[in-house]
Amino acid sequence: MRERVGKLTASPWLYLAPAFALLGVFLLYPVTNTVYLSFFDRRSEVFVGLDNYIYLFTHPDTLVVFRNNLMWLVLFTGATVTLGLLLAVLTNLVRYEAMAKAIVFVPMAVSFTAAAVIWRFMYIYQPAEFVQTGVVNAVMVALGFDPIAWITTRSVNNFALIASGVWMWTGFALVVISAGLKGIPTEIIEAARVDGATETQIFWHVLLPMLRSVIVVVAVTLVINSLKVFDLVYVMTFGNFETDVLANRMFKEMFTFGNFGRASAVAVILLLAIVPLMALNIRRFRREQ
Amino acid sequence: MADGGAAYGAPDRPESRTQRIVRKLSRGPLHLVIIGVCLAWMTPTAGLFVSSFRTRSEIATTGWWTAFVPPLEFTLENYQHVLTARGMGQSFINSVMISVPATLFTIIVAALAAYAFSWIEFRGREALFLVVVALLVVPIQLTLIPVLRMYAGLGMTGTFPAVWLAHTAYGLPFAVFLLRNFFIALPKDLLESAYLEGASHFVAFTRIVMPLSVPALAALGIFQFLWLWNDLLVALIYLGGFRDVAPMTVTISSLVSSFGSEWHLLTSAAFVSMVLPLIVFFALQKYFVEGILAGAVKG
Repeated sequence: MRERVGKLTASPWLYLAPAFALLGVFLLYPVTNTVYLSFFDRRSEVFVGLDNYIYLFTHPDTLVVFRNNLMWLVLFTGATVTLGLLLAVLTNLVRYEAMAKAIVFVPMAVSFTAAAVIWRFMYIYQPAEFVQTGVVNAVMVALGFDPIAWITTRSVNNFALIASGVWMWTGFALVVISAGLKGIPTEIIEAARVDGATETQIFWHVLLPMLRSVIVVVAVTLVINSLKVFDLVYVMTFGNFETDVLANRMFKEMFTFGNFGRASAVAVILLLAIVPLMALNIRRFRREQ
Repeated sequence: MADGGAAYGAPDRPESRTQRIVRKLSRGPLHLVIIGVCLAWMTPTAGLFVSSFRTRSEIATTGWWTAFVPPLEFTLENYQHVLTARGMGQSFINSVMISVPATLFTIIVAALAAYAFSWIEFRGREALFLVVVALLVVPIQLTLIPVLRMYAGLGMTGTFPAVWLAHTAYGLPFAVFLLRNFFIALPKDLLESAYLEGASHFVAFTRIVMPLSVPALAALGIFQFLWLWNDLLVALIYLGGFRDVAPMTVTISSLVSSFGSEWHLLTSAAFVSMVLPLIVFFALQKYFVEGILAGAVKG
């Protein structure tokens, strides 16, 4: 008996070793190393203190990057959550709910790379005297507006890119919020209805408060993804025309400018932006245990 | 919710014919909105799909929505061209070579760890698991430079094992988290009586926990497979510049930068990369959605 107990207690490390070896080599060590490298020059040879950070927070090119990530954070998250919530409530009322949800969800299955091609195609621009072959500009012209070069026009291109992100992620918000909606007991809604609440009142005063925690989970996921957004920007514009974002800027610092110090500093800024959300996750996890 | 007639699980009381017609009519705007959204959501993909069968000159001069006006002219040449001359055929194989092994490794390594976290008592278990939870949202950007340098030092850049290992490690926090939550909810009596009868942890793991967890393993497997299939960043960094091992995402992105307005190439190449995810999605939607719901915390 004692022997078996011994065998039972000795083994956790055998099970954990492969996972933690990989996590150590590919996550834990590199993260600390990247923080260290962010205080060194382009070749990681000379200590430069905070120079890389000072550059990133003062240079006009990189300030645009911060502005763009902020736009992504606010607009992408806001629009995706709102659309997902609205569609979750609306599709819940019709019989073809499953099909409608599947249609909105499909973009989640394809790559951001393919989505970027799809949306570059949607945004094709021809000068006004030619036939428009892109859907968005064809609709613009049909409605009597001038066609717009969505990808290269600086006042609109970030919105155009963000719209493609919203198209991809709304299905995620919809499916998760819809699952939360199904968890609300119908008696509560019936009771509100019996008490004379209108459907609008029920939405604001019953459904929304009860969906709060689900919406927070969705929003946190979307905020993290808005900070890390890479593929869509890389393929659609490569960050040109003032559409650059942190993750793409890091790629450029590495492979276009060959500056590994600044690239590391960009990554560290990304981490600092995400740490509060990490803390939120850990707190929620501990509460659930 | 402006639609006043809409109701959650419409009340069962009998209604007259006029009442029913009024209710149906008042729901008109609701259906209009939902169907409108569905059409809007399908349009971009439909446009890509239709265009991939049109000739180069047609795509350049007319909108894809005119393709259904006779004379109907569709062609498979674009596919033939991208698969052979533009490397998408080789890239398809590379995508399989990258995604399948890496998905299997992730599941095996994660299942072992998740078992220890759920059924073996040891000191520091909670703390160690919190490390996994914290790693869930760490952007992989934080790892790219040191790992790339390590691979360069070992001469591993541009090799499949390099991406297998990196993908497995990057996928672990989520996979361990998901499986641990599933394993810990398995019936306690079942495992405890197995231990009492002398089963070792290894036997409990392989004979009880794994067979009972097939749904969770399937959800994780599908999710992870599509995630890797659709990955651009990891492949770009560790395989970048090596065309013979490039997955489809990398090949497409380089097609975009060299042939940005050759839409007969781009549409068909993009669709080749979408075929498998779409089949997986429609055939295994239930598992896929489960993976999404379970992973709502993942970044």
